[in-house]
Amino acid sequence: MLSLIVFLPLAAAAVLVGVPASAGKRVFTGSWVTVAAADLALVVAAWIGYDLGGGLAYEQRLPWIPSAGVSYHVGVDGLSLPLVAVTAALFLACAIYSLRQTHRVKSFVLLFLGLQTVSLGLFTALDLILFFVYFDLSIVGMYFVIARWGHGRARQSALTFFLYTFLGSLALLLGFIGLYLAADPHTFDIVALTRTNPLAGGELYGALVLLAIGVGLAVKTPTVPFHTWLPPAHTDAPAAGSAILAGVLLKMGTYGFVRIAMPLLPDTWRQYAGVVVVIGVVSVLYGALVALAQEDFKRMVAYTSVNHMGYVVLAVGAAGLAAGSDEQARSLAVTGAVTQMVSHGLLTGALFLLAGVLHDRAASYDMGAYSGLAGPAPVFAGVTGLVVFASLGLPGFSGFIAEFQILAGSLGPATVATALALLGILITAGLLLRALHRVFLGEARIPGAPESGFTDLKPSETASIVPLLALAILIGVLPRFLLDVIEPSSATLIGVVSS
Amino acid sequence: MSPAALTPELTLTAGAVLGILLGSWLPRHRQWVVRLLAALACLVGLAATAAAIGGAPQLVFGGSYAVDTATNAGRVIVLAATLLTICLSIDTVGSHPRETEFYVLMLLAALGTIMLVGATDLLLLMAGYLLASVPLYALAGLVKDALGTEAALKYYLMGALLGVTMLTGITVLYGAGRSTGYATLAQNLPGAPQAAVAVGLVAVLAGLLFKIGSVPAHFWVPDITEGASTPVAAFVTTVPKIGGLIATYRLVAEALPAAGVNWPLLVAVLATASMTLGNLAAFFQDTVRRLLAYSTISQVGYLLLAVAVATRSELALPALLLYLAAYAVTNLGAFAVVAALPHAPNLADYRGLARRHPGLAAALVVCLLGLVGTPPTAVFLGKLEIFSAAIDGGYAWLAVVAVVNTIASLFYYLRWIAPAFAAEPETYSEEVLAPAGRWPALGAYTAAAASLALGVAGGVVLPLVSGPLLP
Repeated sequence: MLSLIVFLPLAAAAVLVGVPASAGKRVFTGSWVTVAAADLALVVAAWIGYDLGGGLAYEQRLPWIPSAGVSYHVGVDGLSLPLVAVTAALFLACAIYSLRQTHRVKSFVLLFLGLQTVSLGLFTALDLILFFVYFDLSIVGMYFVIARWGHGRARQSALTFFLYTFLGSLALLLGFIGLYLAADPHTFDIVALTRTNPLAGGELYGALVLLAIGVGLAVKTPTVPFHTWLPPAHTDAPAAGSAILAGVLLKMGTYGFVRIAMPLLPDTWRQYAGVVVVIGVVSVLYGALVALAQEDFKRMVAYTSVNHMGYVVLAVGAAGLAAGSDEQARSLAVTGAVTQMVSHGLLTGALFLLAGVLHDRAASYDMGAYSGLAGPAPVFAGVTGLVVFASLGLPGFSGFIAEFQILAGSLGPATVATALALLGILITAGLLLRALHRVFLGEARIPGAPESGFTDLKPSETASIVPLLALAILIGVLPRFLLDVIEPSSATLIGVVSS
Repeated sequence: MSPAALTPELTLTAGAVLGILLGSWLPRHRQWVVRLLAALACLVGLAATAAAIGGAPQLVFGGSYAVDTATNAGRVIVLAATLLTICLSIDTVGSHPRETEFYVLMLLAALGTIMLVGATDLLLLMAGYLLASVPLYALAGLVKDALGTEAALKYYLMGALLGVTMLTGITVLYGAGRSTGYATLAQNLPGAPQAAVAVGLVAVLAGLLFKIGSVPAHFWVPDITEGASTPVAAFVTTVPKIGGLIATYRLVAEALPAAGVNWPLLVAVLATASMTLGNLAAFFQDTVRRLLAYSTISQVGYLLLAVAVATRSELALPALLLYLAAYAVTNLGAFAVVAALPHAPNLADYRGLARRHPGLAAALVVCLLGLVGTPPTAVFLGKLEIFSAAIDGGYAWLAVVAVVNTIASLFYYLRWIAPAFAAEPETYSEEVLAPAGRWPALGAYTAAAASLALGVAGGVVLPLVSGPLLP
């Protein structure tokens, strides 16, 4: 079942390779939407069939390279299933959004189908090497998306992105090898490594392995001070690429913390959880403050991503702090972290697609150049307004559910840090509202050709962005269907980390 | 000893002798028969090796030649690489006045390389060195232009000098260990004067480092890669490395395991120097061949990692053999793309390749990202094993150096990939990206596919290269 979900897009891509590019772009975009929709339907079916016990479901294990301790091991639990669902939803949104794509449609569609397989594969992988293969391929795929379909200084941004994140991935590989060599018998299997806990005791070797894995994941997340690749990559990527980069690829970093760093190195994690908390809070505050200073709409959203991922890092750090706190609070923090990944995936994906609309109409992201767009484009203004409110954590939207749980769960273990992180919410609210105010209110002003006007959302744009917003509202109003899936697994994870 | 154990070697010899005889009598337009014969010799050798894999390891040739896992793996890699090079050379060498000589010399060089792989005696090692070197000097000078002649002369002078150094080292080790056989040396060297052992080892290594093109014996690599014809460049930067590295591994693991000389550190330093200098020099090269030349120098550095931990980790030998196989197909694949586009010597000439030849562009991406070690290509698996071996053997710092170097190498490989996917230049010329013919392109597709297959099906290959050395 999972393998079908993962490899369906790739199989579709393999079929489409044989179709000549002259067949017309509708063939490619149409089949992309169909495949993405079918994949989402499969994920929904898997969700419905998922047993809420908190264990691994749909597990499958085949030997791959037995003599090197590598197997094809897949499965989902409450930590990964929501992310699989977000990935499938976001790729469908990108497929619909890209119906209007005109530049090199065939290779664009093939690349995104490949990226979908890679992203889904990563969230289902239960073997470190399988995880790494997907992790690395996501970087390669995104490099080509930015370099070929980006704008501005796309080649430099793509190169920075590739070099920086590749450095992270190789640090990750060294950490994985460290885990592999520590286990007896040598294995890369995540489930087996969780069970045997080869680096119990948390001595220097464990600390070095955690350092390597932590740096690798921190680059991808990204947290301060490893975030410098993110703003240029986002600014110069095409809209769909930015949405996937922010919505899916960043989650690979934070997901790595809950899937690999915490359960496989529980003792070392507890020992260094304080450092993680500090990095999280610094990311929250730094991301918010730098976002405040941005004139470029996309760069601003990129820095708010650093801020939002900072909450996740804060939560997973706090979950490792054992001192004087009950397991329930820490479990709440992990649940909040996963909810935040889901919520941020949906909302930032939507925000970047909206930024793409801005660029499509007037080829500029400069917020100072726009004014009063609410007049000519009321739907665009309304949708952007709602997404922004959701993103700053207003009750009734998914962002509130996530951030409330994170802060409530972290307050006990890390009181000062959580209090500081609250400031981040305040700043983010301020800067997002200021952006809304500047772009949409006041006298209408559009850069470039003012007499041509500003066209409102087109059907394909509405159909891709509004469902993401609707999901965020659904989670905000009726969160139980999501939390029921996440909670048992975060309790299991906390059990592993505390023992 | 039964001659059957040496079938691949005998086949290559017979192929070379028959080839030179046939070539002397054939008219020039029928010399393709010799090419066919050479390919046939490689195929028969491959089949014989395949039959021998899994058999009991044995010592032949009066105990001076081991037929074990490493030898069998070395045979397969060398023969497959030679076959692939023949495929690349068809359009370049076809109907050349020296076609016969080209293929005969190539068979002899392959034979010498295989002898290096199996030698467990210093004198046989020297013989293998000469047999693997002398034909290549001639091959390098086959294109009689200024660049080719200069390269061949440089290659020859350096090879002769370091060959003599190696012979001196063999004499010293013989004096110190009272034997040239590795097994006896291993017993006698721990009691011998350490200074003599160290001098002898360094001198023998000098010759082997020349063969593998590692720092500090690498100065010929860029000249040969740029000056010789593309198939020769591909062969010289790929095949002798296989022999030289396995020979170095055997030498340190079998003759010097207990000697007081700290050879692991020496090899580790050489590995670091090779990776780092190769990468730094590759950074701002503007011609594809020089870029590939320095890339091969840095790749040797990664391969030397496995030699450094030869006696400290059980993973070292499988890692070395797997990486060698992966490197051979991937490097040949990159050269095949160069051979397929003979009028595009510079990186900038590759602009618009993805539009003009999507297949070649895909092969180029697979091979170059393969050389970086991106999964799921073969070199990724090789790097995984080599890093594991290095960390397991207590050389974690060397693995970190290798990782940093890998990132650095990504930069210059991307300098080649990026133009290939950029839009075509405005002053666009049909001729720059005109393909040579279908054979090099076929070679590129084969190599790229093999690189992917070896990576994905590593589970099948890895058990074949895992096995102890003899004795």
